[in-house]
Amino acid sequence: MSMKEIEISIAAEPIFHIGSFPVTNTLLMSWIVMAILIVFALVVNRRLKLHPGKIQNAFEMVVEYIWDFMAEMLESKKLAKRFFPLIATLFLFIWVANMIEFTPGIGSVVIHEEGHSAAIPLLRSMNTDLNVTVALAIVAFLVIEVSGFLLLGFFKYGSKFINFGSPMKFFIGLIEMVSELGRLLSFSFRLFGNIFAGEVLIVVIAAFVPFFLPIPFMAFELFVGTIQAAIFALLTLSFIKIAITPVEHH
Amino acid sequence: MEFKDLGIEAAKLLGMGIAIGFGAIGPGIGLGLIFSKAIEAVGRNPEASGKVQGIMYIGMALTEALAIFALVIAFMIRYA
Repeated sequence: MSMKEIEISIAAEPIFHIGSFPVTNTLLMSWIVMAILIVFALVVNRRLKLHPGKIQNAFEMVVEYIWDFMAEMLESKKLAKRFFPLIATLFLFIWVANMIEFTPGIGSVVIHEEGHSAAIPLLRSMNTDLNVTVALAIVAFLVIEVSGFLLLGFFKYGSKFINFGSPMKFFIGLIEMVSELGRLLSFSFRLFGNIFAGEVLIVVIAAFVPFFLPIPFMAFELFVGTIQAAIFALLTLSFIKIAITPVEHH
Repeated sequence: MEFKDLGIEAAKLLGMGIAIGFGAIGPGIGLGLIFSKAIEAVGRNPEASGKVQGIMYIGMALTEALAIFALVIAFMIRYA
């Protein structure tokens, strides 16, 4: 067995085209994740009862825990209500994608294309595509900036970045601006890097010892997937908190 | 064999190894500091463990991101 058998590609592979728009395997995967979430939401919504059963009770406890956590973090029930849908959706979307990562069929069902030597997997774990994580990072970034502008006021929030009060404040503002833009990079690379590295690790281990050994590593990757989904939502939340907190004057 | 005879593939492999190898040093030290301080804090004040854990995970994510940058760069050197 040689290392040549290990096939790793950073870019997602297009499966078919709609017009000139390529549909990649990660895009198919994200549609599946959306379908799972929508179906789950519809089914659960229909079966909601005023007197909750055991399962509904458990879910209500989870929702309440996240709700209380957000209210404590943002120091406001109203703001928690406003941001809860976004933060919870970010978490659920990333988490479900990471949880179904190792479902049989994902990555193992392949199609062959003429003119292509390598087999192309029909489905591929969603977060191993930098496009997906960059899109999520842009969503988080825009929400952070817009909520800063809306809740703090245009000039008050803008003065965090462009401030002619003193040379010192001006330079601090520039640094703030760069670090704000750096978040785009760190948000997307953190998620992409963690999940992609996990996939590569599993592929390499499966090439050496195909049976049994990959299982504990897969379990670890599921743990990492949960942590990363939580981190993404948590960091968005805490950056929102930083953005809507007025600058202290000493 | 001289260094210039190595070829582009070997140079890529070397570059990948160096990128992730050096890139993991700093975040490794940082993560050690974060966790040691977090454990210390929980040891002194066990009631605050929930709060400490939250802050610890955020710090962990920010520090670990640096190692992940190095990893992504390493992959890009090799495969992209």
